[in-house]
Amino acid sequence: MSTPILELIDIRKSYAIGTSVETEVLHGINMTLSSGSFNALTGPSGSGKSTLLNLIGLLESPTSGTLRINQHDTQNITDAELTKLRGQNIGFVFQFHHLLPAFNALENVMMPAIIHQYSDKQAATTHAKSLLSAVGLADAWHKKPSELSGGMQQRIAIARALMLKPPLILADEPTGNLDTHAADDIFKLMKQINETQGITFLIVTHDTKLAARCQNRYHLVDGALTHPEDFASENLN
Amino acid sequence: MPLSFEWLLAIRFLKEGKMQSWLILAGVTGGVAIIIFLTQLINQLQGTIIDRVLSSQAHIVIKPTEETTIRQQNTLITSALIQPRGQRLRSIDQWENIVQLARNTPGIKAVSPVATGPVFVRHNLASKSVALLGIMPTEYTKIVNMYRYMVKGRFDITGDQTVIGTDLAKDLGVTIGDRIQVTTEDNQQQNLTIVGLFDINNKDLNKRWVFSNLRLAQTLLNIPGGVSNIDLAVVQLFQAKQLAQRLKAQTGLDIESWMESNSGLLNALSNQTVTNNLIRVFVVIIVALGIASVLVVSVVQKQKEIGILRAMGAKRAQVLRIFLLQGAIFGTLGSTLGISLSFGLLTLFSLIYKSPDGSMLFTAQLDPKLAIMASIVAMIVGILAALVPARRAARMDPVQAIRS
Ligand SMILES: Nc1ncnc2c1ncn2[C@@H]1O[C@H](COP(=O)(O)OP(=O)(O)OP(=O)(O)O)[C@@H](O)[C@H]1O
Ligand SMILES: [Mg+2]
Repeated sequence: MSTPILELIDIRKSYAIGTSVETEVLHGINMTLSSGSFNALTGPSGSGKSTLLNLIGLLESPTSGTLRINQHDTQNITDAELTKLRGQNIGFVFQFHHLLPAFNALENVMMPAIIHQYSDKQAATTHAKSLLSAVGLADAWHKKPSELSGGMQQRIAIARALMLKPPLILADEPTGNLDTHAADDIFKLMKQINETQGITFLIVTHDTKLAARCQNRYHLVDGALTHPEDFASENLN
Repeated sequence: MPLSFEWLLAIRFLKEGKMQSWLILAGVTGGVAIIIFLTQLINQLQGTIIDRVLSSQAHIVIKPTEETTIRQQNTLITSALIQPRGQRLRSIDQWENIVQLARNTPGIKAVSPVATGPVFVRHNLASKSVALLGIMPTEYTKIVNMYRYMVKGRFDITGDQTVIGTDLAKDLGVTIGDRIQVTTEDNQQQNLTIVGLFDINNKDLNKRWVFSNLRLAQTLLNIPGGVSNIDLAVVQLFQAKQLAQRLKAQTGLDIESWMESNSGLLNALSNQTVTNNLIRVFVVIIVALGIASVLVVSVVQKQKEIGILRAMGAKRAQVLRIFLLQGAIFGTLGSTLGISLSFGLLTLFSLIYKSPDGSMLFTAQLDPKLAIMASIVAMIVGILAALVPARRAARMDPVQAIRS
């Protein structure tokens, strides 16, 4: 096994409900993703998949446990450092693409670079255009998200996630909003990026067929990971 | 140099919320325009009023000490009997020394000894009670520029020549070349030849002032070699009171500045200024609240986008700056437009509202200092107004934004 890009050790997450009651949503998650792996995260609705992804994406902090990204510890560091770590290491793809409606496709893809105050606009533009052609949308660069189909929007979101060449991409139901055909295309695209660029993927999906095509599968039930084998046998039944 | 992230987002977000942006821009523009317009209008009108008042009036007048006050100090018994002696004209003691003192006082630009007193003028059957003003033209015209007001003839009072107002000339039925007879209270008589008519924009003075040279007036008014008052002009109008008090302390004479003799006017003007300041403060508050409320709404609307930006690595400080910039943009753009609008309003007003004689009540000019001040204040107010919404945006939890 190569160097881990992500290590979770006994990660717990509780939410306060009202003022006094706390519910634990994740109960001690242990997970290690090796660099360059292609991973699926499945589980019933409400099992905590999005919560786990948001923790890994450093969008929120675990209640307890250790979370290491690309060898960086994430406990006891400031919000600004978290933001920096996130920007450098993680690309997001969400179910509802979440493109910025005021910007065209090219600008949306470039946005992570714009946020990080790129120094060479020409290089950034060229890179963004090459990403757009990689996701098959070279000609649509000037279009606003509202002028594009759901599948196209998701492709742009993937291109955007790739913009800063992050080692890890987190996708929360990237195909959840698409028809089977479009979903398959998006899945293939991600697989291809994983194979050609060695970027690690962690994909939340409800689609067991797609999950089956992943290298590693993690199954979350009621906030706890079950063994992939159980999952596999469960799938067989 | 690429447009920075904050600028790009600030401008795009503003363009996206077109309606809101235009409305608040209109609000800021209107607010700035009102403030500048009112301030400029009031400053100019106040300036015009003061100019008018002072154009026919000395800034400081030195008179002999009232005798009554001296007597009061002498005895208590007689004080009950005192009446001002008013009737007989008195001269200022050692007035040449006072003139010298005034000339040597910094801040005083003109000193004019005057012999003035009530007389009757007669022409044929018409007779009027007027004020004879005996002056030294070179000095006096530095205080009241009579040359400017001449409508007929010239301002020349050598010998037995006189210059009177247009209204008096009409009342007496006289014009240039005519002779009028002056009779004093002591029944001294003197004929004067009219060589000029003036119109000083003041009907009362046009009827009352009859000029002669100082020498002649001294004789007629029975104060040979004396002067009844000394008129002064100062460099800084609003220093007049202070200078008058200083001279009063030095000479013990009865000295009054225009600021005291027109205290009612000055009071009114300062009340006007206070009102204007109040209006300004309220407009600033309203504009600030307008900007703040638009941005609060905008932050809520952009919640999701802010969450995505944060997920992509945007720092809290960057998000904060996006909205502060929007406030600054509203302030700066609004003040620029507001300044133009106020200039337009001033031009319009200066064309519509004129003084009764048709001259401009005020000119449509903008004080650049005021404009710069307004721009800076508007920008700062914009930023301050944006502070609360911007902090709210920066503090927003990206997860909540994305989940919702
Ligand atoms: N901010 C929060 N406060 C309280 N409870 C929360 C919060 N966020 C998530 N939860 C709860 O945590 C649990 C896990 O939610 P999560 O969204 O992670 O599930 P999921 O597996 O992604 O579900 P789905 O497949 O429907 O997207 C749910 O019971 C949810 O109600
Ligand atoms: Mg979810």
